[in-house]
Amino acid sequence: MAEAHPVGFQWVMEAKRRGAKVFHVDPRFTRTSAVADSYLPIRAGTDIALLGGVVRHILENELDFREYVLAYTNAATIVSDRFADTEDLDGLFSGYRPDTGSYDTSSWQYAGHEGHAEITGTGKERDSAAGLRHESHGMPVPAPTQRDETLQHPRCVYQILRRHFARYTPEMVERVCGIPQDKFLELADAWASNSGRERTGALVYSVGWTQHSVGVQYIRTGAIIQTLLGNMGRPGGGILALRGHASIQGSTDIPTLYNLLPGYLPMPHHADHETFDDWVDSIRHPGQKGFWGNSRAYAASLLKAYWGDAATPENDFCYGHLPRMTGDHGTYQQVLNMIDGKIRGYFLLGQNPAVGSAHGRAQRLGMANLDWLVVRDLFLIESATFWKNSPEVATGEIVPEQCRTEVFFLPAASHVEKEGTFTQTQRLLQWREKAVDPPGDARSELWFFYHLGRRLREKLAASPHPRDRALLDLTWDYPTHGPHAEPSAEAVLREINGYEVATGRPLSAFAQARDDGSTAVGCWIYTGVYADGVNQAARRRSRHEQDWVAAQWGWAWPANRRTLYNRASADPQGRPWSERKKYVWWDPDAGEWTGYDVPDFEKTKPPTYRPPEGASGVEAIAGDDAFVMQGDGKAWLFAPSGVLDGPLPAHYEPAESPMRNPLYGQQANPTRKVYEHPVNSVNPSPPEAHSGVFPYVFTVSRLTEHHTAGGMSRTVRPLAELQPEMFVEVSPELAAEAGLTHLGWAHLVSGRAVIEARVLVTERLTPLRVDGRVIHQLWLPYHFGTEGLVTGDSANDLFGITLDPNVLIQESKIGTCDVRPGRRPTGPALLDLVADYRRRAGMTPQRRVPIVTTDAAGGGDAAGSTDERSAGASADEHEHDGGGDA
Amino acid sequence: MSAPHRPVGDRFRRYRTGRGGGEQLTVPPAEFTSYYGRPVLKPPVWKWDIAAYLFTGGLAAGSSLLAAGGQLTGRPALRRAGRVTSLAAVTASAYFLVNDLGRPARFHHMLRVAKPTSPMSVGTWILTVFGPAAGVAAVAEAAPWLPERGALGVGRRLLPGVGRAAGLVAAATAPALATYTGVLLADTAVPSWHEAYPELPTIFAGSALASGAGVGLLAAPCAQAGPARRMAVAGAALELWGAHRVETRLGLLSEPYRTGVPGRLLRAGRTLTAAGVLGALAGRRSRLLSGLSGAALLAASVATRFGIFHGGVASARDPKYTVVPQRARVDRRAAQG
Amino acid sequence: MTGAGMPDADSRHGPPDPAPDAGWTDARPRMGFFTDTSVCIGCKACEVACKEWNDVPGSGLDLLGMSYDNTGALTANSWRHVAFVEQPRPAAPAADAPGSAPAAAGPQFLGMPGARPPGRDTGAQTRSDFRWLMMSDVCKHCTHAACLDVCPTGSLFRTEFGTVVVQEDICNGCGYCIPACPYGVIDQRKGDGRAWKCTLCYDRLGAGLTPACAQACPTESIQYGPLDELRERAAHRVATLHERGVPQARLYGHDPTDGVGGDGAFFLLLDEPEVYGLPPDPVVTTRDLPRMWKRAGLAALAMAAAAVAAFVGGSS
Ligand SMILES: Nc1nc2c(c(=O)[nH]1)N[C@H]1C(S)=C(S)[C@@H](COP(=O)(O)OP(=O)(O)OC[C@H]3O[C@@H](n4cnc5c(=O)[nH]c(N)nc54)[C@H](O)[C@@H]3O)O[C@H]1N2
Ligand SMILES: Nc1nc2c(c(=O)[nH]1)N[C@H]1C(S)=C(S)[C@@H](COP(=O)(O)OP(=O)(O)OC[C@H]3O[C@@H](n4cnc5c(=O)[nH]c(N)nc54)[C@H](O)[C@@H]3O)O[C@H]1N2
Ligand code: SF4
Ligand code: SF4
Ligand code: SF4
Ligand code: SF4
Ligand code: SF4
Ligand SMILES: [Mo]
Repeated sequence: MAEAHPVGFQWVMEAKRRGAKVFHVDPRFTRTSAVADSYLPIRAGTDIALLGGVVRHILENELDFREYVLAYTNAATIVSDRFADTEDLDGLFSGYRPDTGSYDTSSWQYAGHEGHAEITGTGKERDSAAGLRHESHGMPVPAPTQRDETLQHPRCVYQILRRHFARYTPEMVERVCGIPQDKFLELADAWASNSGRERTGALVYSVGWTQHSVGVQYIRTGAIIQTLLGNMGRPGGGILALRGHASIQGSTDIPTLYNLLPGYLPMPHHADHETFDDWVDSIRHPGQKGFWGNSRAYAASLLKAYWGDAATPENDFCYGHLPRMTGDHGTYQQVLNMIDGKIRGYFLLGQNPAVGSAHGRAQRLGMANLDWLVVRDLFLIESATFWKNSPEVATGEIVPEQCRTEVFFLPAASHVEKEGTFTQTQRLLQWREKAVDPPGDARSELWFFYHLGRRLREKLAASPHPRDRALLDLTWDYPTHGPHAEPSAEAVLREINGYEVATGRPLSAFAQARDDGSTAVGCWIYTGVYADGVNQAARRRSRHEQDWVAAQWGWAWPANRRTLYNRASADPQGRPWSERKKYVWWDPDAGEWTGYDVPDFEKTKPPTYRPPEGASGVEAIAGDDAFVMQGDGKAWLFAPSGVLDGPLPAHYEPAESPMRNPLYGQQANPTRKVYEHPVNSVNPSPPEAHSGVFPYVFTVSRLTEHHTAGGMSRTVRPLAELQPEMFVEVSPELAAEAGLTHLGWAHLVSGRAVIEARVLVTERLTPLRVDGRVIHQLWLPYHFGTEGLVTGDSANDLFGITLDPNVLIQESKIGTCDVRPGRRPTGPALLDLVADYRRRAGMTPQRRVPIVTTDAAGGGDAAGSTDERSAGASADEHEHDGGGDA
Repeated sequence: MSAPHRPVGDRFRRYRTGRGGGEQLTVPPAEFTSYYGRPVLKPPVWKWDIAAYLFTGGLAAGSSLLAAGGQLTGRPALRRAGRVTSLAAVTASAYFLVNDLGRPARFHHMLRVAKPTSPMSVGTWILTVFGPAAGVAAVAEAAPWLPERGALGVGRRLLPGVGRAAGLVAAATAPALATYTGVLLADTAVPSWHEAYPELPTIFAGSALASGAGVGLLAAPCAQAGPARRMAVAGAALELWGAHRVETRLGLLSEPYRTGVPGRLLRAGRTLTAAGVLGALAGRRSRLLSGLSGAALLAASVATRFGIFHGGVASARDPKYTVVPQRARVDRRAAQG
Repeated sequence: MTGAGMPDADSRHGPPDPAPDAGWTDARPRMGFFTDTSVCIGCKACEVACKEWNDVPGSGLDLLGMSYDNTGALTANSWRHVAFVEQPRPAAPAADAPGSAPAAAGPQFLGMPGARPPGRDTGAQTRSDFRWLMMSDVCKHCTHAACLDVCPTGSLFRTEFGTVVVQEDICNGCGYCIPACPYGVIDQRKGDGRAWKCTLCYDRLGAGLTPACAQACPTESIQYGPLDELRERAAHRVATLHERGVPQARLYGHDPTDGVGGDGAFFLLLDEPEVYGLPPDPVVTTRDLPRMWKRAGLAALAMAAAAVAAFVGGSS
């Protein structure tokens, strides 16, 4: 955190000044470790074992916040008797379908709900990253559940959890992660003893946890701990994703993701959501409880915002104009499609995949096989110059004179050169003024898209084709100003906020959205940011002039609520759990919820409220159902649906690992997304033969001194000089073993590429003794490429493409490699070296990556990627800038 | 663990002291820590021309004394050689000084202030007095070549008197010119210069005398060279005594003066000085031997100046010379409570 | 050598407040930095902020292999320098003996891991525990500033805030200040010839702003303010750290009776100063200047006497 979020880290230091104890778990000793009280080196990719150990520690010692757990979680809920655990199936859950490499989740349901599982097989969900399409809101399940408040029922979630994690003992943690038992126990103790009625603990994570083939389950395990300890919905608690680029949170709210529309409305699927009603019902689940019940109003208002007068209840608000998904349109699938010639044009905005995305060679070969490529960026980045200045040019795989891609480079205005909002990890929108004019031809994105749309519409004005209606019917009437006719960003924010169509009056709450076409809302969760016609995101009242929640700084969605599920900060009767931690509570005299924050509950619904028989939607939420977006109103320790790789987290080895999974016969995540493509490959891992060809683990992350793919730091002298060369960090032991010398050169070889780097021998890296053997980990920054003041080989060239099934994020934190002293070969000799390694590792074209490595599945190896209902549908040509983030 | 790389962070170095003859620091700690072996101080950015300046400045001072002595005791050969050398040397000095500036065009900024805390400022003002005086004195030597009449005739008549006065002014300033440079070097954080502050002016005074004497030996006939011989002896004595002190008294900080290039230069200086003095004494009647001795003394002076200069630079470059004595001081203070 | 020969009390020449001493009748409270290295995270924001604000040129693109320090030192082109020290952890102090309950004593240490990272004494890998210290160095704005004392042009001057600043339109690059500085701070810029160093953001101070580096520092490792206040705060901080079992914490440059009369920019360190590249006992060189002039005077007299003797002493 100190490395990548130094400004946020000031608060950790502040907490430390006040006596907090800081633990840092990381494969290498970082700037964060340097100021932490306790540093725990961990074998990369094994956090679920560590966190599972903490879960076990809590359960075995009954350290959970029992009243909270009983009242607000599904611990007492009874699960179907058809459910079988990984403990029974050697690493698989019940319902695994080897043919699609995915789960039929019906056996994971609550007892009595088996038939409700709308999904029977999740391969398609994976392709469309649909499992978590509601993001923080979870998938609804029917309300009435069977519960055992004593938590003794063998099939209640609590007992299932206990059995599931029973083998995650301190010994096992040591064996899997390389963390000694006493250090582990110190961590577990500190976590548990700083939670409960009087204390809360926050969990902060970032991409060290997400970029794994089991990334989502990392976070799930953290969520289980935080829920057991009563750290959710309470001040000082929570799970915080430290985001990456400014407004990465904003770019999932108003998404740049292919499977989402603004406000987490899912992108319709061509087969499943033929009509507006199909689509809306798939979101609101008629008859179920929770706030998604109103989705029809959100959806209608969104379409109304898009297509204005043309969108009417009669024509389903132009639902037909919405594009549909046909399968996996993720950024990695697209790159493979480019290589296969299925995509011919591409817009690239604010992204540098030639350096930043896994499997750099695939990225560049893909872009080199387009007809045209538009790059809008601040700098001339590698993704715009790959055709003349990439490793593939050196090896002869790309010949500049013959490269067919026509690249258009358009200079972009930076964030200080345009106005707008950033949304950060707390869902806080903060308005940003323009500080300086952009230089030369540089223009904002807003300018670019507005004028591009305007010109396209002008060109198509006379078009008789129905396909052009979607564009021509758009409301496209933003006021502009200045010499370049810059559209007003405030006007856009106003549209996002939503307004009454008849009067133009801005809405002040999403509850005002209507499904009859009388409201237009660009992003329903943002409704209120322009309440009363005032830009609420621009509020900057000093923290000294308001209480500690600082509700008048910026604006947080939803409804300016700073902490979600804050009903849980009070006990079931609505009283604060403790005076110290009081936040939101029921005021019986006033008959309403009150407190420091905007209550995440219906204001006047008393704690004693019980829904009438047959109620649905908001009405069905009981007065003590704190987790209002969940179908059962409870926080899920066990997730009956929504998570594609299991209702509980289980430790799987990374897709590339030198180790056999010490816990299960199942080596790696059986539902991970594997792309079998000639350009892509995975280094062998046990139990496959030849894994010794790539004996070392490498992990890749950030340096404080550089930014991501380097476009914004390698080009800036005061930054570039701080870390002027690509390097690899190795322990003195590994240096001795591999013959590396400090400041000498080394080259690293994977099944995809070979890169070179200067060597830094440092004790900050340490060999780990795990499961009876020594594992060496190397560390690389991924900021280097061929452009800029300082250049170097790209770490991402080493990676292949393997994704988490839920969100299709790449496993780019960890891979296996070999390391050799000296510089790498150049030209064709480089390709020969890689080919030699591939030969020795058995990475032949015929080889298929073994997905299932346990007999428990009762089937052969599974295919990696199949959309069972639309398998035949070929991917469309989509110009889409996707990519996963924290 | 035998790391294949230079250990990062603190680093331990071992060294032995020589026969530390000084009052303290006879047993410096055996180990010291530093930051990647990097210098703690910034070594002087002065280039070779400052070392050369030390020599020419001394030479100018020494020869102006020689000239004044010659003037007062009626040894015209000494006077003439002294005055001419003095002007040449002080001119060279000025060139070296200006040349070494990062911004030579701003030389005159030196004259903005007069700062007793800045030996360079003091030196500037000394030079400002000495230089013109030495110049006038030298120009006066040209009087005999001037025509007898006209405006220049006036010069011819007046010049010798003015020259005599100027020569005395120069001579009066000369000891300051010769010795302030010792303070110039000592008044820095450079360990082996600073700690040598009691000796540096003496060495430089001796070296200046010896080089002035060298000029006398080279230029004057044997009959007039007596004072130059005696000046050589006195100068050599001061120089050798001082050099011996800095090479032995400073404990660890003497090391840079004994080793490496500075060590070789100072040894050469000593040898040449000794040879020069012996030659001067032995060559009372030999113009050739006197001349050779004079040359030896000049060379000795050059060697000594460069030796002292580089010895200091070397002491600033290696952090041990900064850290060890200071650490010893701290420890001693701590021990004293 | 001087140190022991001269009583340390001699170093206290001049009043403790340098601005009035320098002739400022309207002197402002002396401003300075307290850099608390125990909370430095080595982000180098200070380095970058300084360069951006003061338009300092690049200092080269060299990988130095000194941990994450690729700046190397304070130079004419780097007025802030963050040092990175990777080192074996010093032996645990008695108070912090292994096994003693740090939980009761609260968090034990700011600046290093609490115990040995694992895997280090298993099998072939034996390694002592180690730590990573970071420290942002800067010009000390000494009370008795040698650089200023020796500057022959008056280019270096004492501001009304008690700081030491080079006037770039006056400096003629004589280079004297450079070896005079006991901390190796001030430096000549190549190709420019003049001497450069931290100005303590004189322009910002004048406008009532915080210096750029302190403003950028996320963890308040660099604290800017009136020196008196900072000294108090620092003493408090050291006491807190000592209480929390960090006996290594010590102040550096805070003491007005030290060899430079105390620094305007002083530090909290977690090891000996030399570990960070700082001199353990810096002394302003001009402290000895009166004695130097005396020695020079004696030498000059000796020289004159020798000359006189040479001419009156003999006949040939
Ligand atoms: N200076 C700087 N700041 C940045 C960025 C930048 O490039 N430079 N990028 C921004 C962006 S886009 C993002 S997404 C964030 C990312 O912020 P972070 O996630 O904090 O950044 P990383 O450095 O990629 O990874 C964090 C740590 O995860 C560790 N790690 C790797 N694998 C594992 C594992 O399996 N388990 C555990 N426990 N740790 C592991 C790495 O060693 C690393 O120290 O930072 C943002 N901030
Ligand atoms: N191995 C490995 N790979 C990783 C990661 C990792 O931890 N390990 N982290 C991943 C993560 S979290 C991320 S976020 C990605 C980042 O990877 P990328 O997004 O590909 O890399 P960036 O360099 O951040 O690219 C952003 C570009 O946007 C430009 N830009 C900045 N502002 C604007 C603007 O306003 N408009 C336009 N048009 N352009 C702008 C910048 O100049 C820059 O070139 O890398 C991922 N890759
Ligand atoms: S770059 Fe911006 S977002 Fe990132 S830590 Fe610094 S201030 Fe925060
Ligand atoms: S640290 Fe050096 S440069 Fe800074 S004021 Fe002191 S003597 Fe001058
Ligand atoms: S270099 Fe400039 S600032 Fe330094 S002493 Fe000389 S004139 Fe003064
Ligand atoms: S005070 Fe100003 S000049 Fe000095 S280091 Fe900080 S930013 Fe640079
Ligand atoms: S900005 Fe602060 S925390 Fe960062 S390196 Fe500088 S002093 Fe340390
Ligand atoms: Mo990111």
